[in-house]
Amino acid sequence: MSEHHHDHDHDHSELSETELRVRALETILTEKGYIEPAALDAIIQAYETKIGPHNGARVVAKAWSDPDFKKALLEDGSKAIGTLGHVSRVGDHLVVVENTPARHNMVVCTLCSCYPWEMLGLPPVWYKAAPYRSRAVKDPRGVLADFGVSVPKDVEIRVWDSTAETRFLVLPMRPAGTEGWSEEQLAELVTRDSMIGTGFPRTPGAPS
Amino acid sequence: MNGVHDMGGMDGFGKVEPEPNEPVFHEEWESRVLAMVRAMGAAGAFNIDTSRFYRETIPPHVYLSSSYYKKWFLGLEEMLIEKGYLTREEVAAGHAMQPGKALKHGKFDSTQVERIMVRGKFARPAPAPAKFNIGDRVRAKNIHPATHTRLPRYVRGHVGVVELNHGCHVFPDSAAMELGENPQWLYTVVFEASDLWGADGDPTSKVSIDAFEPYLDPA
Repeated sequence: MSEHHHDHDHDHSELSETELRVRALETILTEKGYIEPAALDAIIQAYETKIGPHNGARVVAKAWSDPDFKKALLEDGSKAIGTLGHVSRVGDHLVVVENTPARHNMVVCTLCSCYPWEMLGLPPVWYKAAPYRSRAVKDPRGVLADFGVSVPKDVEIRVWDSTAETRFLVLPMRPAGTEGWSEEQLAELVTRDSMIGTGFPRTPGAPS
Repeated sequence: MNGVHDMGGMDGFGKVEPEPNEPVFHEEWESRVLAMVRAMGAAGAFNIDTSRFYRETIPPHVYLSSSYYKKWFLGLEEMLIEKGYLTREEVAAGHAMQPGKALKHGKFDSTQVERIMVRGKFARPAPAPAKFNIGDRVRAKNIHPATHTRLPRYVRGHVGVVELNHGCHVFPDSAAMELGENPQWLYTVVFEASDLWGADGDPTSKVSIDAFEPYLDPA
C-alpha cells in the first residue's frame, strides 16, 4: 500500500494477491452461472452514484421545515420517508433519533458495521474500524474529540449500538440563522457525520 | 461467539481517523467484493446472519490485520466453499471445474439489481405475546454461545430498561446457523454508562443495544 498507484491501468504484474483472488472468485461465480458481471457493475454504480448522504440530508431538511413530517418521522422513520417519493427508497426498521439541547445521539455498530445505507450510502472506513467500534460505547466524548467535536457536559450523550436489523439516523438540531431557508438550502448544511452523531451540521456562512 | 469482532469497550485501538473526502471504494476490487456478497446473498446462497458469522470466524490475527472488504472476501469465499457452491480446487485453479449448484432464487442477473437496493424485511408475525413492556427493568443474560449471537459481551449480566419495542424479528442466533428464522421480540434496552463501566464510564452517557427477548431476563 505504500507505493499506491493512482493510475488505474494496472498491468497484471501490478495486481496484488487480493486483487487476483477477487478476480478469480468472480470468474468462478460467473462460469458456474450464479451471477452476471453486468449485474455487479449495476450494483456498484448505484452505490457510487445514487445512494449517499444526500438522501439523508433531504429527510433532515424536510424534518426541519415541516413539523408534521418531523413528528411522523420520529414515530416511524421508514413509513414517513416512504411518503417522500423523491428520496431513496427505504426499507423497514429505520429509527430516527432527535438531538435536543438536552441529548446528543451517536450511532455505532460494535459487532460489525450496521449503518443506514439507504440514507447515508456505504459507511466510511472509520465507522467500520476497531477504534470507533471499541471506544464509542465506553468513551463517547473521547471519540467525539477525535472528530474535533465537543458536546457540553450537561448534555446527555446517548449511544445507539446497532445490534439488530433496526437502523438509526440522527436528526441533528437545525442551525441558528436559517430562518426562512428553503429545504434545498437547509439540505446543504446537513453533513454525513451530523446524521451519525459524530458531527454537527454546517454553520450558515461557514465554508463547506 | 466471543470473538475479536465483539469490540465494544476494548482499549488500545487508538484514535478514530476520519479521512477527508473519502471515496466510496479505495480499490476497484473492494467494489467487486461488495457486489458479489450482495448478489450471492440475493440469489439465496446465504442469509445476512450466516455471512456475519463467517466473518466472525476469521482467525483473530487475520481479522484484526485485514481491511474491511478483505474480511468480506475471506468470509464470502469460505462460506461459498462450505455451502457447496464452489470447491477449493476451483479456487486454486481460478476457474469452474463442475456445474453450479442450484440457487434458491436463481441466477443473479441485471433485472434483479433494483430489488436489492432496498433492505429486506426482518419483521415476522409474533408466535407469542411480548414478555416485556416499555419501562421494564431487564438483565442481559450471562450467555457465551460459541456460535453467532448479537448480544455484545459488554452488556452481559447488566441491568437496563426497555425503551422501544420493534416487534418480532428474525432471530440471528438461529438464522446464522441455518436453523430457521425462529422470530423473537426485539427491544431497545438502554443502560447507564456507570452500570456498564463503573467509575471508568462517562456518567453523562447512556448506551442502548437492540436485544432479542431470549437475551433478557426480568430484573
